[in-house]
Amino acid sequence: MNIESTSGTPTDSEVILGILNNSENVLKRLYVAYFPMVMQLIINNNGDADDAKDIYQEGIIILYNKVKTGDFELSSKLKTYIYSVCRRLWLKRLSQLNRYGGDIKDFEEYLAVDDETEKNNERDIQFNRMGDALNLLGEPCKTIIEDFYIHNRSMKEICENFGYTNADNAKTQKYKCLQRLKKLFFQQT
Amino acid sequence: MNDNELLEQIERYLNGEMTKQERAAFEILRSENAEINEKVVEHKHFTNLIKQYGERLELEKRLDAIHNEIDVETLEDELKIHPSFIVRLWRNHHSKISVAASIAIFSVLVTLFYTGYLTNRDQDYRYLSGEIAQIKQQMKTQQRVGMKVPVNPGNIRGTGFAVSSNGCIVTNFHVVRNADSVYVQSVDGKSYRAKVLYTEPQNDIAVLQINDTSFKTLGTLPYAFKNSETEIGESVFTLGYPRDAMVLGPGYLTASTGFNGATTDSTFYQVSIPVTFGNSGGPLLDNKGNIIGIIKASETHVEGANFAIKSNYLIKAIQDIPADSLNRPLILNTKNTLANLTRVQQIKKLQNYVFMVRVYNQ
Repeated sequence: MNIESTSGTPTDSEVILGILNNSENVLKRLYVAYFPMVMQLIINNNGDADDAKDIYQEGIIILYNKVKTGDFELSSKLKTYIYSVCRRLWLKRLSQLNRYGGDIKDFEEYLAVDDETEKNNERDIQFNRMGDALNLLGEPCKTIIEDFYIHNRSMKEICENFGYTNADNAKTQKYKCLQRLKKLFFQQT
Repeated sequence: MNDNELLEQIERYLNGEMTKQERAAFEILRSENAEINEKVVEHKHFTNLIKQYGERLELEKRLDAIHNEIDVETLEDELKIHPSFIVRLWRNHHSKISVAASIAIFSVLVTLFYTGYLTNRDQDYRYLSGEIAQIKQQMKTQQRVGMKVPVNPGNIRGTGFAVSSNGCIVTNFHVVRNADSVYVQSVDGKSYRAKVLYTEPQNDIAVLQINDTSFKTLGTLPYAFKNSETEIGESVFTLGYPRDAMVLGPGYLTASTGFNGATTDSTFYQVSIPVTFGNSGGPLLDNKGNIIGIIKASETHVEGANFAIKSNYLIKAIQDIPADSLNRPLILNTKNTLANLTRVQQIKKLQNYVFMVRVYNQ
């Protein structure tokens, strides 16, 4: 991807390739390009700047996950897709907050995107559960799990960080932590 | 092989850290042992969840970092649809405006309450409507009364006719009974003051004398006074003032006697002339224009029966007037100038000698 331009609104295919390649530059340009559109929708429909940030980031994450899992098919303009997803998310939020007056001011075309947001809802639940479970796990387990499974650090490094004299002890500790995490994760309702 | 050792094996297997032989051996173990296979799948799924969690956390951090570079406030100002001045004024100050309005309304109500406006309003209205009702009632009464009573009404009204050219007028006694003052009005609307000269209550006859400086003379009377009895079936008529205008009442002489309740009375004729109270004292004439009686309106309350006092009683009454109450002797006219005239011509001449009698008493 050497011909990738470095500023301005990225093309739709640039965005997809950029996400797949974890391009920081594309992500940033994508974010900056469409944030004003979503912000306009939200602040003119009973929301504020923080609501706009939450909804927009949620929308970007949906797009990101979809591209990453490989089931993203660009059937419309990316702009329309993002607007539709954010619009749907905001309507949902408004009705949860009982702020929805049954009327929404639109600024763009939009599509029906119920599926996307439903799937995202499940992911959100698991994400929150995992966060809660890790917090309940407490130190040093939390850091050991994060270092090993998320940051892909070796057991050797972990041993050094925690001052374990014996790598076997560290391993034992890690498995105990994992068992407890599973328990906490699945216990939550 | 304990749980931890198994987990280590699974992790090495999933991470691709096993040697070829180890891997082959583990895959055989996995396919033979369903429990181990399940554990592999479960472990893979769970570590994926941890990884996704980590990735998402990291993505959020990246997005937050990007977001922090955006000048959100400027953007917000640009994108916000600015409502009109009044709407903004309301949004910014609605609590103050509401409080001010509440105080204003409250103080108005308190003021109204203490000035009695709220409590008296209804009473005022009732007074007013009562007054209106009263006025309406008065107007109705006036309308009703106004139809019967003229602008300058006498308390009692009747008819009279001249018996001499110098202003002696005959009417019924009951018309002028208890009179304080009497006026006679001619057919042309001239009103003259009169005094009661003589009365004969038993025959219901009264003689008036016009006593007014504006009165000159009536001229020679066109009719004569018949002394003899008139026969039943004679066509007769009267002129009178049952209302403000003179009215002709034609009919027949239907009986030579009247009756007062149960007893017959030879003082009267009965006539078929429809008369009302205002006809009282009017002249009864025959076809030729002789006075044959004085109409006496239905005081007896016998329906359809009207009476006239026979003229011979009139003549007798006039003769009985004390001489000292007369300026000069009263001589009844005996020359009838109406005899050969038509009814219309008769009436034209007659009408100047028939008067409305107005009586005022307290």
